[in-house]
Amino acid sequence: MFLFRLRSSRVFSLAVTMVVYAVLILNKAGGLIYQRDFNPGLQKLSSNDYLILAGTFHGVHAITSQISPTNETSSSGLEVLESENFVMRCFQTLTGTKFLIFAEPRQQNLDVVVRRVYELYADYVMKNPFYQIEMPIRSEGFDRHLTSYIKPHQ
Amino acid sequence: MSSTSRARLGEEVWKLRTDKINAELVTLTYGSVVAQLCKDLDGDYAEVNKQLDKMGYNIGLRLIEDFLAKSNMQQKCANFRDTADVISKVGFKMFLNITPTIVNWSSDNKQFSLLFDENPLADFVELPDDGKAQSDLWYSNMLCGVIRGALEMVQMSVDAHFVSDVLRGNDTTEMRINLIRYIEDEMPQDDE
Repeated sequence: MFLFRLRSSRVFSLAVTMVVYAVLILNKAGGLIYQRDFNPGLQKLSSNDYLILAGTFHGVHAITSQISPTNETSSSGLEVLESENFVMRCFQTLTGTKFLIFAEPRQQNLDVVVRRVYELYADYVMKNPFYQIEMPIRSEGFDRHLTSYIKPHQ
Repeated sequence: MSSTSRARLGEEVWKLRTDKINAELVTLTYGSVVAQLCKDLDGDYAEVNKQLDKMGYNIGLRLIEDFLAKSNMQQKCANFRDTADVISKVGFKMFLNITPTIVNWSSDNKQFSLLFDENPLADFVELPDDGKAQSDLWYSNMLCGVIRGALEMVQMSVDAHFVSDVLRGNDTTEMRINLIRYIEDEMPQDDE
């Protein structure tokens, strides 16, 4: 029992220190359909530059999934990008949608965060009958739930 | 992933990660959709089938994301046999709490049938006695569209249709699914 409490409090403190800078969502054609900053730390770009960033990343991702040094025929492509100032986690779903999360460096459990963001997307974006698939996401419910999930992680 | 672990996964998602709603509400909502279509389209059951399929297709395009997010599947199916297994044991299990039986594989492994021992959409239903419905209407045709739409999003082009239905007096309810092709990533034209 004691051990369990000890472990859970550790998980909690990890979560507390997590800082997510931004979340981007790319549709399967590489178009940017969602971009939001949650914490300061990233350079602000113009909306056109964000589109270019998304398109470029889509291309790089396609290349990395084609050129794989291992024998496996298919590779998942680029998943993590680390730099001195940030870490980026990319998660591509089997349908081809990409979720990009930018966070402070050395974050360990970003894949948990990215899975949760995917669940929120499946719920609040895809299940809205008036959302047009592959189009930019303008959903108050999605924004709200994303904020309340990501913000307490600071 | 083995067949039994898929069955376990389906069970787990159904039990722990699915919001349940009253079954009668689903049955009655679906029933009123079909009945209203029959009325609006003046008993043109071929057209009703088509509309149901279309509605299902639009559901499938969206439902696949929920399926992938909740089931946490990250591996592509190795072959169409695996796909069939996942559809039955995880897909149908988590959304309708049924596990249709997979039968009648074609020799090239591109066609199979789903046998529905129970069909929550068709509880309490008796087809109208107008001489046409019994032979023309596929009551649960929306399910075909859902499968077609969902598989299309994961790069499989399939044809799905019912071949028998207990509502029509057949012994079984059977859906035939036929893999047309795997959709390859569309590469832009070489424009050098």
